[in-house]
Amino acid sequence: MKTLVFLEHHGDQVTRASLGVLAKAGGDVAGVVTGSGMNAQLAASAGPFGAATVFVADDERLATPLPQPRVDVLAALVRDEGFDTVLFAQSVLAADLAAGLALRLGAGLNWDLVDLREEEGALVGTRPALGDSVWVDVGWSSTPRVGVFRAGAFDPVERGGSAEVRELAVAFEEHSRLAELIESTVEETSGPSIEDAEIVVAGGRGLGSPEKFSVVEELAAALGGAVAATRAVVDAGWYPYSTQVGQTGKTVSPKLYVAVGISGAIQHKVGMQGSGTIVAINKDPNAPIFDYADLGVVGDLNEIVPRLAGLVRQRKAS
Amino acid sequence: MKIAVCVKAVPDAAGGRRIDAATGRLDRSGDLVLSDFDLHPVEEALRIREAAGEGEVFVLSLGPARASDAVRKTLAMGADRSVLVTDEAFVGADLVATAHALAGALERERADLILFGQQSADGDGACLPAAVAELLRRPVISQVAELSVEAGAVTGRRQTEFGYERIRAPLPAVVAVSDAINEPRYPPLKGIMSAKTKPQETLSAGEVGGAEVSRTTVLALNPPPSRGVRRVVEGDGAAEAILEFLIEKRLL
Ligand SMILES: Cc1cc2nc3c(=O)[nH]c(=O)nc-3n(C[C@H](O)[C@H](O)[C@H](O)COP(=O)(O)OP(=O)(O)OC[C@H]3O[C@@H](n4cnc5c(N)ncnc54)[C@H](O)[C@@H]3O)c2cc1C
Ligand SMILES: Nc1ncnc2c1ncn2[C@@H]1O[C@H](COP(=O)(O)O)[C@@H](O)[C@H]1O
Repeated sequence: MKTLVFLEHHGDQVTRASLGVLAKAGGDVAGVVTGSGMNAQLAASAGPFGAATVFVADDERLATPLPQPRVDVLAALVRDEGFDTVLFAQSVLAADLAAGLALRLGAGLNWDLVDLREEEGALVGTRPALGDSVWVDVGWSSTPRVGVFRAGAFDPVERGGSAEVRELAVAFEEHSRLAELIESTVEETSGPSIEDAEIVVAGGRGLGSPEKFSVVEELAAALGGAVAATRAVVDAGWYPYSTQVGQTGKTVSPKLYVAVGISGAIQHKVGMQGSGTIVAINKDPNAPIFDYADLGVVGDLNEIVPRLAGLVRQRKAS
Repeated sequence: MKIAVCVKAVPDAAGGRRIDAATGRLDRSGDLVLSDFDLHPVEEALRIREAAGEGEVFVLSLGPARASDAVRKTLAMGADRSVLVTDEAFVGADLVATAHALAGALERERADLILFGQQSADGDGACLPAAVAELLRRPVISQVAELSVEAGAVTGRRQTEFGYERIRAPLPAVVAVSDAINEPRYPPLKGIMSAKTKPQETLSAGEVGGAEVSRTTVLALNPPPSRGVRRVVEGDGAAEAILEFLIEKRLL
């Protein structure tokens, strides 16, 4: 097996999730970094985490983190070096890149993997499906194979060793260069972080309007916890990005996580499944969040949550 | 402007979704409904057309013949017509096979803007838009929470792991929109009536360039690791039940 791992980076660092994939891939593994004007250390930094070789594509046309030019780079690399397996850590960039690459190469793509192993010479992945209610063993019927791991599936393992760094020549397809990044804003967090809170009360679109976040804030205040939010409400401008839990937000593991009006999509779950106890309030008995809440409460948040806040205050006062 | 919207009919969560152990495929024999995520690109297409005062909106879906009932909801919302790619050859189609079929249908139509939802409710891959864009050799912008259409181009704002990006692409372009982009309208009564007379075309594998073989396989189905006992409460006394639970867990 000859495996290539896409090493996504932000600033001067390879993402933890990508290094985690390197650790899982094991054996004789190569990595690839793509960007423009990258620090020489960036490629080398993956060596101790398991990359024997790191290919570097450094070109101004890779300056912005868009997927399509990277499809060109990875497709050429896979063909030239004969890789049979290409692995990614889930991210907004990686999903689009992996999908484009799969179609360019005519390769099967399995996503949301939480495990990968060899069984009788064949590669087998584990993919939780249908709100994680069933764990599916998936395979590939041809090579190359493309696999995308669930965000945060594995921790990086530092085992020492160093990578041979090899520069790549790049060429781009016309359609790969049509999309253009015109602005990018990195959001820095200020104030107390939800990652440190022992109790988190999170609100979702079920609140119905931005004003209704007061219901969540009231319960958080009563419990002495922090307020969090889903992407749906953050993207809609109801609540700040710094409070978002999930794949593109924060990962939290408080003692108690209360989900209010949240459906429990997988991208939300990956950010809070490490919580000690999960309580969910949702009016839809089929909401996926009930599959992983320790206490599921089916009902209207507008009635339940203010009443609960009152009860908690009473209890604390007595 | 001609706008295509790709939508998926998925098993109704209320009916209990399951994977058929014999075939390793999602059981699609029960009621099919339109994936909620795909109402957002339909709504966005209708708004773009309303703002422009002209244009065509059609929906495209790959699925079993029965999916046409679920797809009709988009016609009731205001889409002009639907195209359903349906064929025995597509049963169990994976990403590669699905992308080829949709791209084949889209080649026939030559839309200016091709909209997708953020992910499918039963698959969660969020992969298909970029896959179709690759086959059409057109630019893709995914997870767009704000979209504007200018002369010959679109600009989308979207969230990533690191913050927000604004990306511009010339038309024709493929854009996947997030569930935060808009609030989909309920089909008006008039729309529900007129939907019955709107054209619903079906295409076979042969008409979209054939069926590609799937490159991925399902080997086994296993129960998830247990997370311990879970409790569900309903009805009156819910707040009290939560309080008791928190006390019992020593969280208060
Ligand atoms: C690449 C990618 C990255 C993503 N990253 C993230 C991320 O980091 N974080 C994240 O959260 N999501 C993320 N998502 C989005 C995710 O898939 C969901 O779209 C999102 O989490 C849904 O948010 P929600 O639960 O607030 O809204 P919805 O899914 O709309 O759920 C609202 C819920 O409220 C309930 N409700 C409505 N009214 C009431 C009431 N009166 N009382 C009680 N309940 C009520 C409804 O039954 C429903 O279940 C990502 C998606 C993709 C594709
Ligand atoms: N069978 C299908 N037919 C048409 N469009 C689909 C189909 N499956 C998925 N899509 C579209 O692709 C988007 C992303 O789906 P996925 O990559 O499966 O998560 C959905 O929101 C739909 O817009």
